[in-house]
Amino acid sequence: MSNDKRDVSRYTTAARINHWITATSLILLALSGLSLFHPGLFFLTNLFGGGQSTRAIHPWIGLVLAVSFLLLFVRFVSLNFWKPEDTVWMKNLGKVINNHEEGLPELGKYNAGQKLVFWGQSILILVLFVSGLVLWDVYFYDATTIEQKRIAMVAHSVCAIAAILIWIVHMYAVIWVKGTLRAMTRGTVTRGWGFRHHRKWFRQEVGKP
Amino acid sequence: MATLQSLDIRRRSASTETPPQVRQAPVEVAKLIDVSKCIGCKACQAACLEWNDLSLSQPIGETNGTYNNPTDLTPASWTVMRYAEYENGDDLEWLIRKDGCMHCADPGCLKACPSPGAIVQYTNGIVDFVSENCIGCGYCVKGCPFNVPRISKVDNKAYKCTLCSDRVAVGQAPACAKACPTQAIYFGSKDDMIVHAEERIADLKDRGFEHAGLYNPPGVGGTHVMYVLNHADKPSLYSGLPDDPSISPLVSLWKGVVKPLSLAAIAFAGVAGFLHYITKGPNEVSEAEEHEADKLAGDKRA
Amino acid sequence: MTNSWNDIKNADVILIMGGNAAEAHPCGFKWVVEAKAHNGAKLVVVDPRFTRSAAVADFYAPIRPGTDIAFLSGVMRYLLGAGKIQQEYVKAFTNAGYIVKEGFKFEDGLFAGYDEAKKNYVDRSTWDYEFDEQGMAKVDDTLQHPRCVINLLKTHVDRYTPEMVERICGTPKDKFLKVCELIASTSTGDRSMTSMYALGWTQHTTGAQNIRSMAMIQLLLGNIGIPGGGVNALRGHSNVQGITDLALLSTSTPGYLVLPTDREATYADYMKSRRFKPQRPGQTSFWQNYEKFFVSQQKSFFGAAATKDNDWAYDYLPKFDVPYDALKIIDVMAAGQMNGLFCQGMNIMMAGPNKTKIRNGLSKLKWLVSIDPLETETARFWENHGEFNDVDPKSIQTEVFQLPATAFAEEEGSATNSSRLIQWHWKAAEGPGESRGDIQIISDLRARLRALYAKEGGAFPDPILNLAWNYSDPGNPDPAEVLKDINGYALEDVPDPADPAKLLLRAGQLLPTFGVMRDDGKTSGGCWIYTGVYTEAGNMAQRRNASDPTGKGVYPNWGFSWPANRRILYNRASADAAGKPWSERKKYMWWNGSKWTGPDVPDYAPTVPPDKAVGPFIMNQEGTARLFARTGMPDGPFPEHYEAMDAFIANPLHPKVSRNPVVRVFAADAKSFGTPDKFPIVATTYRLTEHFHYWTKNAHANAVLQPELFVEMGERLAKAKGIQSGDWVEVTSQRGSIKAKAAVTKRIRPIMVDGKPCDIVGVPIHYGFIGLTRKAHPVNTLTPPVGDVSAQTPEFKAFLVDVKKTTPPAQAAATA
Repeated sequence: MSNDKRDVSRYTTAARINHWITATSLILLALSGLSLFHPGLFFLTNLFGGGQSTRAIHPWIGLVLAVSFLLLFVRFVSLNFWKPEDTVWMKNLGKVINNHEEGLPELGKYNAGQKLVFWGQSILILVLFVSGLVLWDVYFYDATTIEQKRIAMVAHSVCAIAAILIWIVHMYAVIWVKGTLRAMTRGTVTRGWGFRHHRKWFRQEVGKP
Repeated sequence: MATLQSLDIRRRSASTETPPQVRQAPVEVAKLIDVSKCIGCKACQAACLEWNDLSLSQPIGETNGTYNNPTDLTPASWTVMRYAEYENGDDLEWLIRKDGCMHCADPGCLKACPSPGAIVQYTNGIVDFVSENCIGCGYCVKGCPFNVPRISKVDNKAYKCTLCSDRVAVGQAPACAKACPTQAIYFGSKDDMIVHAEERIADLKDRGFEHAGLYNPPGVGGTHVMYVLNHADKPSLYSGLPDDPSISPLVSLWKGVVKPLSLAAIAFAGVAGFLHYITKGPNEVSEAEEHEADKLAGDKRA
Repeated sequence: MTNSWNDIKNADVILIMGGNAAEAHPCGFKWVVEAKAHNGAKLVVVDPRFTRSAAVADFYAPIRPGTDIAFLSGVMRYLLGAGKIQQEYVKAFTNAGYIVKEGFKFEDGLFAGYDEAKKNYVDRSTWDYEFDEQGMAKVDDTLQHPRCVINLLKTHVDRYTPEMVERICGTPKDKFLKVCELIASTSTGDRSMTSMYALGWTQHTTGAQNIRSMAMIQLLLGNIGIPGGGVNALRGHSNVQGITDLALLSTSTPGYLVLPTDREATYADYMKSRRFKPQRPGQTSFWQNYEKFFVSQQKSFFGAAATKDNDWAYDYLPKFDVPYDALKIIDVMAAGQMNGLFCQGMNIMMAGPNKTKIRNGLSKLKWLVSIDPLETETARFWENHGEFNDVDPKSIQTEVFQLPATAFAEEEGSATNSSRLIQWHWKAAEGPGESRGDIQIISDLRARLRALYAKEGGAFPDPILNLAWNYSDPGNPDPAEVLKDINGYALEDVPDPADPAKLLLRAGQLLPTFGVMRDDGKTSGGCWIYTGVYTEAGNMAQRRNASDPTGKGVYPNWGFSWPANRRILYNRASADAAGKPWSERKKYMWWNGSKWTGPDVPDYAPTVPPDKAVGPFIMNQEGTARLFARTGMPDGPFPEHYEAMDAFIANPLHPKVSRNPVVRVFAADAKSFGTPDKFPIVATTYRLTEHFHYWTKNAHANAVLQPELFVEMGERLAKAKGIQSGDWVEVTSQRGSIKAKAAVTKRIRPIMVDGKPCDIVGVPIHYGFIGLTRKAHPVNTLTPPVGDVSAQTPEFKAFLVDVKKTTPPAQAAATA
C-alpha cells in the first residue's frame, strides 16, 4: 500500500476489508437496533426506510455481521490468547490510561485491552446471533416458546448494549492512540507506533526478511 | 351506549407525550363472557370474520379431531373458541371459552411496542392496534401475558381483537356480542358488567358451582374483557387461561430499567472518553521512540 | 311446537332429548338460557353424546341411540308408580278413564291384530274405546276399570323398570332415576317442563312413537297447554314448518287435509270417513268442518272449474296407491321405473338414505332437474370425484338440467318457524347471474306445460288447464298475492247465518278466520290453518309489534301464528275443569265468569263456559288427549321399544320381535341391514352448529369454522382400536364405507348395554364432494334405506358400523 519503507505492515487488504464489513454491519446494527430499543431513538428507523424495513433489514445485517465476524475471529483468534505479560499489562492499566506505557512488558500484536475487546465481542456476538435467531419471527417464530423469546429479548438487548459499549471503547482507543487508524485504512503503522505499543510484534515484523 | 364512546387516547406505545386530560374520562367499557351461557356455537367467530372483513384471509384448514377451528388465534382469526373436556369426579364438563384479546388495563403489548402509536389504549379501556404504525417486530407478542397478538405473514403486521373499537365509537356493541345467540357475551360499562356478573355468579353458586366467580385479573390491572367462570378458582381448566397473569418480569426488566440504564451507560462511555482526552490528551509516539524504532529496524536489517 | 320458542323461558325444567338445541338451534336456545337465568330452570340433556347442549346443562345422562321409548316408558312407569302425575288434569283432559275394547292385547312385542304374512296390523278394530248406543265413548271416572286406558298403560309400562332401562338404554340407573326425579318435579300445577326434540327422535323406525311417548309424559304431568310446557319440535330450516303445512307429506294436501287413495274413487267415498262426529257429549271435534276446508281448498286450486256438480273437481286430485315418500321415490328410481326427477331445494344425494342406491337411481333417469341456488352433489352425481364419488361419467346417460334459483335473502315471502309463526321477510339483495325465484321458475314451467296440454290434449289435461292462476303477473306472481290465495277470500257475497239481512262477507273479501269457510263453493282458501294471515287489515305476517303485555312471551301482534294466531295450542288446559288457573305462576287462559280470557286466543269460542265440559283437544273427536292412540299409529296405540333395523342386541323385552314389526322394507333392500357380529359399534349422525345441512360448506367462513368431516368416538373404543385424534379411520356399515378423521373424545361415555360394552360413534352429515370444505364421503353412504313407520323419516340416527384405522383417502389434500 505504502511505498514508505518506514511503514510497518499491520493488516492485509483482506483483513481490512473483513474488518470494515464487520464494522459497518455492527454500526448499522447498532443504529437499527437502538431505534427499536428506545422510543427516543425510533427516528433512526428513518435511516433504513422506516420501521417496517428497519425491522426487516436488521436480522439480515446481523447475518452479515455473524459471517464476517466469524472470519475475523478465525483470522485473529491465535493472536488473542492470553499471555502472562497481558496480566501485567492489566495490572498497570492505570499507567496506560495516563499515557505512561514505559516500563510495561513488551507486547505482541495485541495488548490485553484489545484482546478483551476481541473476546468480549466474540462472546456477545455469539449470544446476539443466537438470541437474534430466536427473535427472527419471520422464519423462526414456531421454533421457540414465548417465554424463551422473552429471555432472548432481554439477552439480545443487554448484549447489544454491552457490545456498543465495547465498540465505544474500541473507537475511543483509535482516537486516543494516535497513529492507530491507519492500520485499518492503509494497513500500515509507523515504526514508532509499533515500537511504542507492540514492541514484541514490531521486533518480529522488522526481523522478517 | 353513547356514553361509552371515546377515541381519546390514554396511552400510546413508545411515546412520551402527555395524553389529553381536559375532557372528562368516559365510562370504561367491558365485554363480559359468561362461559356458563356459552354453547360454543362460534357465531362470535363468524361475526368477527365478517365484520372485520377477515373471512377470505383465513384459509380453510383441516380438522385435528377437535372442535377447535381454526386451532389457534391467527392474524385473521381474532377470536377462537377453545374446548376443554374436564372430568370433574364422575361428571364430565365441556368447558368452552372464547379466547381473544383481554384488553388489559395494563397492557403488556403496549408496554413492549417500540413503534410510536402502533398500539394505543383509549380512555374507554380498549387496547387497539393501529396497523399503519405497526412495524411487525413481534414485541407485542412477547409483551402479552395471554399470548394473543399474531403477526401476519402477508404484511408483517400484528393483529388482534379491537373490541370493535369502530363499532363502540358509534355506540354499538362489538360484533361478537351482537351475534351471540345466548347472550353469553355482554357488553357495557365495566361497572355494569361487574354487577351483571355478580347476578350470574349467584345463580351458578345456587347450582352447585361453589367456586364460580369473575375473572378480572388484578395482575394486569384488571381487564376490559372478563369471564364468568364456573371454576374461578382454576382458570387454567379453561384451555390454559392464565391463573394469575401479569406482564412477564423479563418484559418489565427489558422495557423498564434496561432502557434508561443502557442509554446512561452509552452516554457515560462517551463522556468518559471525552474527559479522558481533554485531561490526559492523546497517546502519541514520541520522536525518541521513532528513533529507537528506526534503530531497532536498522540494527536488525544490518 | 305446541308452544313457542319464546314460551320456553317460562319452563321450570327443560328436557332436551332427541335433539341438540344448542348445536342445531342456537338462536332459539336463547330462550333456554333465559329460562335458566331468570326462571331458575333446570336443563336436562339425554343424548348419546355429551353435546353442546349438555355443556350448559344442569344434568346429563347418556343413552344408546334408538332406545328413547324404553327410557321414556321407564319415566312413565316412575311417574305412575310414584303418583307423580297431575291427577286432576289427567282425569279431565286425557282419555285415562276411557274403557278400551275387549280383545285389545299386547303380547310378545305385538299388539292385537297383527298379520305375520303382511307384516302389518290388518285388524285394528280392538284398538278403540267401547261406545254406547249414542256413539259416545264409555268412561270410568273412577279410573278403576281394568280396561280403562290408564290401567292398561300402567300394565304396559310396568316392564320398563330402571334395571330394564339401564339394560336397554345403557343409562346408569342412578342417572336415569335422577332424570325421572327432575321430570316428576313438574307434576304440580305450578311447575312445568318443556320438551325440545328434533331429528334425534324423528329419524328412527319408531320416530313418531318417540314423540308420542313424550306427549304422554307431558299429559301425565299436566304440561300440555300451559306456559313453559308442551312437546316442541325444533324445525331444521327457517321454513320447514311452512313447507310441512303446505303439504310436504306425500299423502297430504295443504293444511294436513288428506290426499285421496285409489280406494276412494268418488267424493262420497272420500268424505264418508272425514266428517268426524264428536265421541263425547258437547265436544267441538274440529274436523267436523273438514268439508268446508276441503271445498275451499279445491276452489283455490281450480277456481270456477270446481263446482258442486263435479264434486268440487275431486277427480282432478291424484289418487295414490301407495305413499310416494322420498324413500319410495328412491326405490322406484333405483328399480328403473322413473323417467325424470325434479329436485327443487333438495339435495337428495346427501339427504336421502343410502347414497349408493340413490346414485344408482339417478343414473337410471332420463332426466334430472335441479332447482337450487348452489351446486349440489345431486346435480353433480355423475361426476367422478375420486373415491368420494367413484363413478364413470361415460356410463351415465341421465340428462341434468340445473336451474339456478335465488336464496332466501334474495326473495320476498313468508317463512313459518317452529313456533308456527308466519313471518314475512323482504328481499335483501338481487340473486346473482341467471338465478330466478322459485315462484318464477314454477310459473314458467306451468305456463309451458299448460300450453303443451292446450295444444296436444293428452289423457287428462283438465287439472292442468283449469288450474287457477289468478295473479296479476302470471309469469312471476307477487308472493303477497300467493299468501292471499293461501289465506282465502269470499268468491261471492256470503250472508250472515244469524241474520240473513246482513252480509258476513262481501265478494272478494279476504277471510278473517277459517270459521267462515263454506262447503258450498262461496269461499276459496288454499290452506285453512293459515286463514287469518292476510286479512282486510293487511298482511299479518308483516306485523312487528314487540309488546308482550303479560310478560309471558306471547307477543300477540308479532307476525301470525297458525291456527287463528294461537301461540299455545290447547291453552284451555291451562285452567282446571272449572276454568280456574292451575296456579298463579302458570296462569294463562281462564274463565272470568263470562268468557275465556288471557293473553292468547282460546281454543274454541270464548263464550263457551267450562261447565259445558268442552275439551281442549279440539282436533280429537273425544275432546281429550289420547294416552291411548286408538288406531292413529300404525305400530300400536301405546309406544313400545323396538331395536333399530341394525339391531345392536336382541330386544330383551321380546327377542322374537326385536325390531318394529311393521317397518316397510323394500324387496331391493332386504339384505341392507347389518348385525352386531360384523358391525359391533353403534353409529349415529348429527349436525354441527358451524354448518347448515349441505349449504354452508359452500360458504368460506363456515368452511373455516368446521373444515372437514370427522368421526367422534369414545376413548374406550379408540384405545381398543389404537386410534388417536386426527388419525384417518374407515367406518363401514352393511351399506358402504367412508373415511374420515378420528375425533377421540371423553364426551362419548363408555356405557354398558345388556351386559356388554356399547361403543358409539357419531358422524356429522354436512360434508360431501362439492363445496369449499375438504372433500368427503357423504355420510349417507352408511345409513339404512328405511324410515319411520308413520312418517317414513329415514333412520339416520341409529345403525351399526365397524371402525378401523386406515390410510388417508387419495384426494384428501385437494380442496374444491
